[in-house]
Formats: sequence, structure tokens, C-alpha cells
Amino acid sequence: MSSSAAATPNLPRRLKAWLLSDSPESVFHARCQRFYLGWRAFSTNPIAMIGLLIIVSLVLTAAFAPLLTQGNGTEQHLSDRLLAPSWGHWFGTDELGRDIYERIVWGARITLYIVGLVGILVVPIGLVIGTVAGYVGGWVDNVLMRFTDIFLAFPRLILALAFVSALGPGIENAVLAIALTTWSPYARLARAETITIRNSEYIMAARLQGASGLRILYGHIAPLCISSVIIRLTLDMAGIILTAAGLGFLGLGAQPPLPEWGAMISTGRQYLLDQWWVATIPGIAIFVVSLGFNLLGDGLRDVLDPKSGSAG
Amino acid sequence: MIRVEDLSVSFGHGAAAVHAVRGISFHVAAGESFGLVGESGSGKSTVLRALSGLNPDWSGRLEMAGQTLGRQRDKAFYKQVQMVFQDPYGSLHPRHTIDRILAEPIAIHGMDEADRRINRALDEVGLGPQFRYRYPHQLSGGQRQRVAVARALILEPKILLLDEPTSALDVSVQAEVLNLLRRLKTERDLTYILVSHNLAVVAHMCGRLAVMNHGAVVEEMSVAQLRAREPVHPYTQQLLTASLGYDRAAIDRFEDFAATA
Amino acid sequence: MTQNPLLAVEDLHVDFATPKGLVEAVRGVSFSLGREKLGIVGESGSGKSVTGRAILRLVRPPGRVRAKKLEFDGTDLLGIDERAMRQIRGRHISMVMQDPKFSLNPVMTVGRQIAEAYRISGKGARRETKRRALEMLEAVRIRDPERVYRAYPHEVSGGMGQRIMIAMMLIPNPDLLIADEPTSALDVTVQLQVLAILDDLVTQRGMGLIFISHDLNLVASFCDRVLIMYGGQVLEVCDAKRLNEAKHPYTRGLLDCLPRIETGSSADLPVLRRDPAWLDQGI
Repeated sequence: MSSSAAATPNLPRRLKAWLLSDSPESVFHARCQRFYLGWRAFSTNPIAMIGLLIIVSLVLTAAFAPLLTQGNGTEQHLSDRLLAPSWGHWFGTDELGRDIYERIVWGARITLYIVGLVGILVVPIGLVIGTVAGYVGGWVDNVLMRFTDIFLAFPRLILALAFVSALGPGIENAVLAIALTTWSPYARLARAETITIRNSEYIMAARLQGASGLRILYGHIAPLCISSVIIRLTLDMAGIILTAAGLGFLGLGAQPPLPEWGAMISTGRQYLLDQWWVATIPGIAIFVVSLGFNLLGDGLRDVLDPKSGSAG
Repeated sequence: MIRVEDLSVSFGHGAAAVHAVRGISFHVAAGESFGLVGESGSGKSTVLRALSGLNPDWSGRLEMAGQTLGRQRDKAFYKQVQMVFQDPYGSLHPRHTIDRILAEPIAIHGMDEADRRINRALDEVGLGPQFRYRYPHQLSGGQRQRVAVARALILEPKILLLDEPTSALDVSVQAEVLNLLRRLKTERDLTYILVSHNLAVVAHMCGRLAVMNHGAVVEEMSVAQLRAREPVHPYTQQLLTASLGYDRAAIDRFEDFAATA
Repeated sequence: MTQNPLLAVEDLHVDFATPKGLVEAVRGVSFSLGREKLGIVGESGSGKSVTGRAILRLVRPPGRVRAKKLEFDGTDLLGIDERAMRQIRGRHISMVMQDPKFSLNPVMTVGRQIAEAYRISGKGARRETKRRALEMLEAVRIRDPERVYRAYPHEVSGGMGQRIMIAMMLIPNPDLLIADEPTSALDVTVQLQVLAILDDLVTQRGMGLIFISHDLNLVASFCDRVLIMYGGQVLEVCDAKRLNEAKHPYTRGLLDCLPRIETGSSADLPVLRRDPAWLDQGI
């Protein structure tokens, strides 16, 4: 059938035919096909694949942390303080003799936890506020957007600091603080998309069937906004990780002895000159994960956003 | 069945207001097919939008099936009146399968036997079950327009408003869709209002028509009269001449019919 | 027919690689064009627009163009490099497209765009630019050229936009104009007025015109010869005046399925039955 079978040479023929057939037989079939075609477009982009690889590695590391390490990154061996990277300790040890490699691996869980929670909070809030504002218009739009503006006006780290100071330190509070400062652009994005979409003929057709506003918002408008919101989220991940790291650095995020990467940098900075690995390795981890999310987000945008050109 | 009296629609305010429709009146009997012909900016589509309730800012009097229409429409209205849009690429939601597109009106109106209705609707417009789970971008223009017709008819309305239903289609596909529309009209005893810029399409589909220009009805006539070249107004005659093809001498005589008060 | 046709196309093929396999948009199209009006008619997917773009080498990868011969006035268009092709585009071969909304730059005034087209063509003195642009606007029967010169594209109507497009494309005095559905987005009376302008300009300047459209009637009444395309191939060539004597069942089918005002409305329109054999009947 296709000359471009090189992309997935191992896929059995029948599965391939099923995925490329012209007449899907069920909703599930149709969705699989769309996913497959999107995947093919995505996988032609090497940079995006690198990003995906990094993120998948992050998830796998977090998932298999117990298998990849012996302890849980919190055992102290004061006699082994500040050892340089070696075969025994791949990334060296920190000021309390804890193996840095183990702390990085277990810290992946915390990073993923923070990033995942923020995403789960921010996307629905932004979507709901943005789509309602965009679709209803009028004073509702005004009120919602002014509300959004208030949160948009604060510098992210300062507002997060204020919240954490009020609520007390800890991961969950840090997540809440970050979420509160991150949702505004998503509402704006969703609103802009909604305003573009709301005059489309398919929305008019839905209205002509007697669809309620809620049905239109949830079933027609939101699905079209989701791609840009998700893309924005992946591109924002780097910022979220850095803010969490910043809070951790200031001692306001994850509390010791949790191996949160930002906190690791904070405690390691006193040893930066002589025992560079204590602060630098977690820094590199943050950099790599942020980069991974950025590349993934770029790749997703090329596939999902028809206006960016390549998807035509 | 349908009565429009002194309908006016304006957009904007004050000096910059655009009077898209200026006090037009016409009526359509039950079971009739009525054409509204005009060029772009004539206001013909705006009339449909006001009739269907998509545009609530109109003045005048609208009556359908004996009931006077207000600004808002309710679900019962939509069970009686449906619309088919011009652009087959824009009237279907890009992320919904055909199945979803057809199931939605059924769900909204709480009708039963969704599965059977969907299959029957697809069958009636000449699309087989293999189209049911495709996405709109996997269908051709003609197929999309058939889905739009299926969607309009799945609620079993009595009145269909057709806004240039075949203008965006290839000529051979247009013939199929027009034949389909005629067959459905006879089978279900529907009433049509067909808006088009194409006199030939209107002459083929309708019994009577009104010619619009700059928001006003220029002339109303039966298709038989049109065919016999009886129209009196020079605008209608110009439209007739233009629809015959390129004629250099005739084009030199074309005039610009500006809006009259 | 002149000895050296203006454009000679032989066995033109255009392919696109897609995830589902190779799509052959144009499969062996051959024709020649003198200083006349040639119409290419086809439905969507027939390959007519791709043919127009292939002549100008505007088909981007993953599209591939190949032909036994693609010659413009003696020059082999497939053999020259992109720089040489750019010299030909605009100055010798121009293209007018369907919707002026999308082909005119919305942030530049009309005058500036026409002036730019003139300067790029390099065919005249710089200080002549505005004068020539105004002359061109008058040639396309725009009544108030000074005002339109200063206007932005969104401030003019569709018909005027298309006339501006024609002015822009004709100011360098090309030898061949390719018009891809130039009037499809316009009202029927405006359509004909724009075509009349095109007609006059083409006749006055002795240009060749390729008129691509889906409207068989319009093409037949406007052009000298008509090419009917289907499935990437040319199925029939005939003189426009003798279109009614067309032989190929596809052409006949297209002609028959048009609704006409004269015929009675009681019968259904004859439906075109596509014969798969037509895909192999290219000439």
C-alpha cells in the first residue's frame, strides 16, 4: 500500500490496514486512526521525538524509582559526605552523605507530581473561564476577564511566595500557589479561540438544533480549544518546574528531607565552588526536563495547530 | 405556511448602519418551493438568518405555520424548521464523527432509536454505513453536504431553509444534491425557501421566486414567467443575461443598480 | 497556430507523496498554447490548478514535477535554475488567483503593491512607477485611480480587488497570463465585467491566456479553445464554439447535468455516471 512504511517497519500488516482504512467501524476505530495519523506526523520531527524521549524517560524513571535505586534518597551516611562522582556514587553525595543519583531519581517523582497537579488544576479552570467569557460575551466576559487580569498582573514568583507564606510551606501549597499564578493565560487563550469559533457555521447549526449553551461550550467549543491549551501547557512546563524549584530553593516548597531538585540546589549552593556536583547535577536535571517539555510542546504544536503551516 | 411582512434587518448604529434588509414581504404556501435570488450583499441570506432565529435583531412580522415568531425560538420551532448552509466545509464540526453529528439532534430532542434513525438518515441521502464514523475532512464536498441535509432532516421538520446549498459544489455533484433535495421534498411534503445567486438553479428547483437587490425585493414572479422572459425590471433582465454566459456586447450595457430608498 | 507556440507542454506529471501513498495529481497532460485564450475546465481534483502551478514551477516539495517537454517561448522551464525561473515569473508569465482577499497583502496600500510589481519587473524607469500604476488602474476600468492607489485591500470590493490583482499581474506586460478561477469568488455580473477587461487586455497586448475554471459554460463562451480535464488527464480538446459537438461522455455528461433556465423543471437533472475507464482515456 504505502511506500512510506519505513516509519513503522514492524507493525503487522493487518493492524496497519486497520489504521489506514477509509471507513472506520466505530468511534474507537475512528479515534485510533486520528491518533495514528497524528503520531506519524509527529514522529517525522526529530526534535520533537527527542523531547518525547526525555519526557518518557522522566516518567519511567519516576515510575520505576524503586527498581532503579537501592534506598529512597533520604538515608544519610555522614561519613560519606561530599564525595565526588565515582563508580560507587554516580553523581556523588551531598552534604549529608546522601547519594545524589538516588535523590535525582526519587526527585523525578516530585517533579512529575508538581507538574501533573498544576496541569490538572490549570487546564480546566482556564478552559471554563475562557470559553464562557468568549461565548457569552457582554458583562460576563468583562467580569471574567477583569478577574483574570488581576491574577495576570502579579509576577508569578512573588504571588506564589505570598500564597505559600500565607498557607505555609509544603508541596501541596506550592502546587496551589503555582496553579493560581499560572491559569490566567490559559483563560485568555481559550477566550480568543472561542471568539474565533463562535461564529462558525457548525456552531450555528448546533444552535439551530436547539442545543443549550452548555452543550455547545462543552461539546463543540472546548474540544477545539484543547489543543492550543495543551500545547501552551507543555511550553509552560519549564516555567512551572522552575517556579517550583525556585520555591524549593527558598525553602517554601517541598520540605527536607524530600529530594526536590530545587531544594537540592539550594542546600548545595554553599558547596558550589569545591563540590560543584551537589548543586549542578540537579540543575542539569531541571534543564533537561524543561528542554524536553519545550521540544515536545513545539512538536505538538506543529502537529495540532493547523495555522502553523506544516499541517496545511 | 410562511409569511414575511415588512422585514427589516440592520447592522450597526447611526450613520454607519448597514440596512441589509429593507422592509421586504413575501409568503410561501405549504409544500411550495420558493426562491430568493440576488447577488452578494442583496440581503437574501440575512432573511434566512432572521427567519431561523440566528439573528434576533429584526423588525417586522414573521409567521410560520400560523404562529407569529418572536425574537427567540424554542426547541419545538427547531423541530419544524431546519437549515442547510452553503459551505460544506464549515457547517460540520471538524472534530466530530458523522455519527456524532447526526446523533446530536436526536439527543437534544430526546428522540428514541438513535441508531436506527442515523442509519436511515444516511441511507436517505445516499450515503452508506461506511461513512458513519468518518470525520468531515475525510469526506468530499458533496458528501459533506449530504450529511448536512441528513442532519437537517433527522428531526423531521416540515420547512427547510436552504442557503446556497450547492454553490460550493462541483457541477456534477450539484446535480446529485439538487435531485436529492427534490426527491426528499416530494417524499416528505416539505416546504423550501431556497436562496441562491444562480438563476438556473432556482428555476430548476422552485415554483416562484423573488429577486433581491440591496436589501429590497425588486420583483417577484413565477418560474414560468421567468422562463418566458417576462420580467420587467431591468435588474432582473440583467441577471438573466449574465446567467447565459459571456457576451461581450451585452456586458458593455451592464448597469450598476444602486440602492434605492 | 504560430510555428513556435508560446507554451508547449508534453506529458506533464505532478506527484505528491502522502502517508497513504503516492497521489498523482497530473498524469500526462499535453497541450500547446499560442497567443489565444485557452480554457482548462475540470471539477475539483481534476488537476487543473496543479497544472497551472506546475507551469510556473510553483509546486513545492513533496510535490514533484516532470515532463517530456515544458517549454515557454523556446526556453525549457524544467531545465533552468530557480533564479532564472524567477526572472520569468511575473515578467513573462503571470498568474491571477481566485480570491483577492488572500492574494493581496492586507497591510500594504494597493498603490504600493502595484508599484512593487512594476519595479520588480524591471521593465521601466523608476520615476515612471506611479504613473504606470495609475495607467494600469485605469486600464482595468477603475474609475477613481488616485483614491484606489492610496486605499488598502480591505477597503475595496471583491470585484475591484480582482481588477487590482489583474493590474498588478499585467503591469510588467507578460506574454502569458495564467488565471486560476479568477472570477469564482465574484457575483455573476461583476464576473463578466472583470472577464471583459481581461478579454480586452489580452487582445490588445497579444497575450496568451490560460483560463482555469470549473464553469464550463463560462469558459466556453469566453475562450477560444477548451481543454476538459478529469483525474489528472486531458479527456478532450475542442474549439469553444463547437463545445456542443463534444464527443467524450464526460464532457457530454457535464454539459447535460447543468440546470438551465429554458428547460422544464419537472425532470431530474441527468446525473453524471463516472466510468472508471475514463481514468485511462487521457489524450
